[in-house]
Amino acid sequence: MHARSNKVSSTPETRTIAVEVLRYQPGDATTPYVERFDVPFTDDMSVLQGLQHIKDRLDGSLTFRWSCRMAICGSCGMMIDGVPRLACHTFLRDFWPGPLRVEALAHFPIERDLVVDASDFIDKLPRIKPWLEPGVPLRVRAGEHLQTPAQLARYESFSHCINCLLCYAACPQYGLDNSFLGPGLTALLHRYNSDSRDAARAERMELVDSEEGVWGCTAVGYCSEVCPKHVDPANAVNQNKTASALSWLVRLLPGRA
Amino acid sequence: MAARRPYVRPMDGWWRRDRFFLKYMARELTAFFVVAYALVLLAGVIRLSQGRGAFEGWLDGLRSGWSVALHLVLLAVFLFHTYSWFSIMPKTMPPLVVSGHRVPAWAITAAGLACAGVASIALFLAFAGRPR
Repeated sequence: MHARSNKVSSTPETRTIAVEVLRYQPGDATTPYVERFDVPFTDDMSVLQGLQHIKDRLDGSLTFRWSCRMAICGSCGMMIDGVPRLACHTFLRDFWPGPLRVEALAHFPIERDLVVDASDFIDKLPRIKPWLEPGVPLRVRAGEHLQTPAQLARYESFSHCINCLLCYAACPQYGLDNSFLGPGLTALLHRYNSDSRDAARAERMELVDSEEGVWGCTAVGYCSEVCPKHVDPANAVNQNKTASALSWLVRLLPGRA
Repeated sequence: MAARRPYVRPMDGWWRRDRFFLKYMARELTAFFVVAYALVLLAGVIRLSQGRGAFEGWLDGLRSGWSVALHLVLLAVFLFHTYSWFSIMPKTMPPLVVSGHRVPAWAITAAGLACAGVASIALFLAFAGRPR
């Protein structure tokens, strides 16, 4: 016990792990290829730091996205040993002795190395109206638009989404047909629909009920497993299946237009 | 700057890529076994409508070695089906709030499994004592 605490205070032990990166350089090659790098690491190093070591010391052409290093910007999502994870939120030590395989997020086109083309997601984003539409004009003089804790609880977990796209890389239905709105955007849509200050639910439900909407989901449920913010997009999608089915039944009732 | 040429990876064999997908496919596959057993029961209803002799012939068929083997396989598949069904249940329902606290996912799954277990045992006990 004593020896171990001494070790923590001294220089941390350095080990080496082989990192296999799926590389794609659109200017030089027509298909991706695997390149292996030996990365020295200490127990406190993330996969992102490993990639930064490669870029700084071994091959400056390695391309990947990152920003905050603390699992809040959602930039460094990638497949790490086949699982969608944030590279900054994953330790190299957990994969020792390796080798560790790193690949761009599944179900998106690879732009270059570990960078994906996320324009499908970005293009769909405004269609869910990810903002509050109060319905009636609000005046600043009227003061804050108050909510009870219970009203907050209805949507709060769905507001934690950081748009990291891990849930899309976990969704085979999106991979097979990307016209599907997908887990993340449905969770965000549900966040606004569940907000007591919003009045645009009817418009958003048209998208939920459409061919691109929730019925593309087959309840695989992996999206919720990989979400680093515990948003539970599978729950958002399936709650909206219930809502969509109910509104369809109501439309079948006689006496309604 | 090089021209953009985004590379789209194939989806062939996607369900073999991850253990989670394998489990999902196994869950979906169990639906065919549920249909198979529904057909067995439906055959019994049809034989019942054809009279006593026909129905007893169906009952005799159920006691054959092949039928017992099929039922053992079906029992194993149904156990997994029940488990997988209640595992995904918390993700398919609105939040359940009991006296101000959200019921956790594991409790919903456990409650579902307990209900299925109690119902199965009750049904078994209700018919186990009947003369054949």
